[in-house]
Amino acid sequence: MTDAAIVARDVSKLYRRHLGRHQFRTLKSALLTGSLISDLAPAETFTALDGVSFDVPRGSTFGVIGENGSGKSTLLKLVAGIARPSAGTLAVDGRVSALIELGAGFHPEISGRENVVINGIMLGLTRREVEARFDEIVAFAELEDFIDAPVKTYSSGMYMRLGFAVAIHVEPDVLLVDEVLAVGDEAFTRKCLDKISEFHRRGKTIVFVTHTLGLVAKMCDDVLWLRRGKIADRGDPQRVVDAYLTYVAGGEDARLLAQQASTQAALPEAGPDDEPRAGGYRPGRWGSREVEISGVRLLDDRNQERRVFAPGEALTLSLAVRAERPVEDFVFGLGLFAADGTHLYGTNTDIEAFQPRRLEGTGEVRLLIEDLRLVEGTYFVDVAAHRKDGTPYDYHRGLTTFRVKSRVKDVGVYRPRHRWAFEGNITMDAPAERPELDLGEEPSA
Amino acid sequence: MIGLLQVLYRYRALISSLVSRELKARYRGSVLGFLWSFINPLLLLLTYTLVFTIILRVPQTERMSPYYLFFFSGLLPWTWFASSLLESSSVLIAGGNLIKKVLFPAEVLPTVTVLANLANFLLGLPILLGFLAWEGRLSVSLLLLPLPIIVQLVFTLGCALFLSALTVHFRDLGNILAHVLQLWFFATPILYDVEILQGTVRQLMRLNPMGHVIISYQQMLLFGYFDHWRGLAGSLVAGIVALGIGAFVFDRLRDTLSEGV
Repeated sequence: MTDAAIVARDVSKLYRRHLGRHQFRTLKSALLTGSLISDLAPAETFTALDGVSFDVPRGSTFGVIGENGSGKSTLLKLVAGIARPSAGTLAVDGRVSALIELGAGFHPEISGRENVVINGIMLGLTRREVEARFDEIVAFAELEDFIDAPVKTYSSGMYMRLGFAVAIHVEPDVLLVDEVLAVGDEAFTRKCLDKISEFHRRGKTIVFVTHTLGLVAKMCDDVLWLRRGKIADRGDPQRVVDAYLTYVAGGEDARLLAQQASTQAALPEAGPDDEPRAGGYRPGRWGSREVEISGVRLLDDRNQERRVFAPGEALTLSLAVRAERPVEDFVFGLGLFAADGTHLYGTNTDIEAFQPRRLEGTGEVRLLIEDLRLVEGTYFVDVAAHRKDGTPYDYHRGLTTFRVKSRVKDVGVYRPRHRWAFEGNITMDAPAERPELDLGEEPSA
Repeated sequence: MIGLLQVLYRYRALISSLVSRELKARYRGSVLGFLWSFINPLLLLLTYTLVFTIILRVPQTERMSPYYLFFFSGLLPWTWFASSLLESSSVLIAGGNLIKKVLFPAEVLPTVTVLANLANFLLGLPILLGFLAWEGRLSVSLLLLPLPIIVQLVFTLGCALFLSALTVHFRDLGNILAHVLQLWFFATPILYDVEILQGTVRQLMRLNPMGHVIISYQQMLLFGYFDHWRGLAGSLVAGIVALGIGAFVFDRLRDTLSEGV
């Protein structure tokens, strides 16, 4: 991989285990026993990371999830350069800014203004750069009225906001975010996320460590799941997050199933086209299969199974479902993706407030889409049966595809119902053959 | 050691802002504020004058008068040295958050401590010069003052690096250090003239780098001449060796610092 912002090869990190009294070795005992050198070499170690290898492509948003103590923060520290790997190599290309401990360098006695300058310099800016960005930083932190007060008079929210504002204005090439978005009120969190999205748009690399799994699925292109210092899984955010949820919820049994599912995911059905797909969107199937989706069919308005539709046509998605044992917590969902992995639409029965009562044996779920309104292209469908909390029973990612063919070569993905009108001194010949069906127009009077 | 100097040069902007922050924060919140930088040495002078001219009588030589100027010439630089070492022994532990959470060359912290104390020394110097002027003892040899200051800076920085890194792992050092410095203070000709020492003690004194530095200050400030070139050169060599050892130990322990603090 040539264009990687972060390259990790067999990275391990050992920590010396702190064993109470043992930790406080004295110089005297070290000198008396002559063990100065061996005392400095860790005797008992704890492996925080164990042979982790991955690449993070430039410009991608990379999520790291895992339970507490799985090595996430250690990994982030290694990437930030705060700690060095005990073994293996880790190369980061470009300036790194870590939103790990916000305002770590603030001195309580001096003013916010002076702290911003010093913190900025600490994070790698020159004094001039800090001064150029000063107003922006203060405005972002919303501390215009308090910037000359000593930092010790700040509330913890103000403190964190100022810390975040400085760190985010360092203009890094690689931004590391460690669970710091619980910084302020709703509005400020929103603002932080917007700022992170803006980074993404400008092609910066972001590494994101969080327990907010919804955020991971939403913001990341690629997710790494760490379990006890090792890589448990990596890939498409939705799939990895679901596998992780399954693991956390279901323990060992479900984990095996999820692993089985992710191996199956490595052998996707061949898509009709080999168009390149961006992000981490890769076809796959996973879940505990307590509810199984045994068949997926796409039907036209005459109940015929089809794979090619016109833009204005109706499409019915039919799922054959089966549950061996009775299930009372179940949701059926649909996701629609463009060939490049863009998420076009998603809904499920829970979002639309259907209350599940009971599912046992077999059944059929139908979703009627009256009017596709898509432009020409290949589309992928995700279908899923899962718990209300998101734990998947059976998730089919991109295993169903269909194509939209159109005589009108309009572009984009969505074709709103529309009509041209010309008034005044504009002469325009109508097309010889009006693609009525294509546009899905109502027959005009 | 070259690597150390490169790092310190690269982070000079950070170091200078941290030093000025240190000076500002030190007296922030007190009524007299920055005036304390001048009041502190005055009070120090007052205390020692009380003790050593009224309560205790030190055997005096002719060179030592006026006595308060004699010991103040040595006490002021010694305070820089001793405070630097005491503070740097805890500076990494106090600044643990920075080392653990921010990408930050840790050697900056002891360096800032040494430089902030140097600034305090330089702020106290006008007071000493004021008294010298009052006694009519100002002389051209004052222009040589940068020399012992540089030698002392190198030596102090070396010791500070060494101590700051080791104390992270051996917290006992902080306790021992206060006593070592106390002994070192009396082993250095600050309160007495080096000339009154004889025999083995005099020979041992030659091994004290701070002794030569203090003698240089006394000559330049009070005696109005300077001929202690060899002694000061010896201290410079000792300073460079100390800096080399300090940089080496600091570098070896660097990776363990963030775990130790």
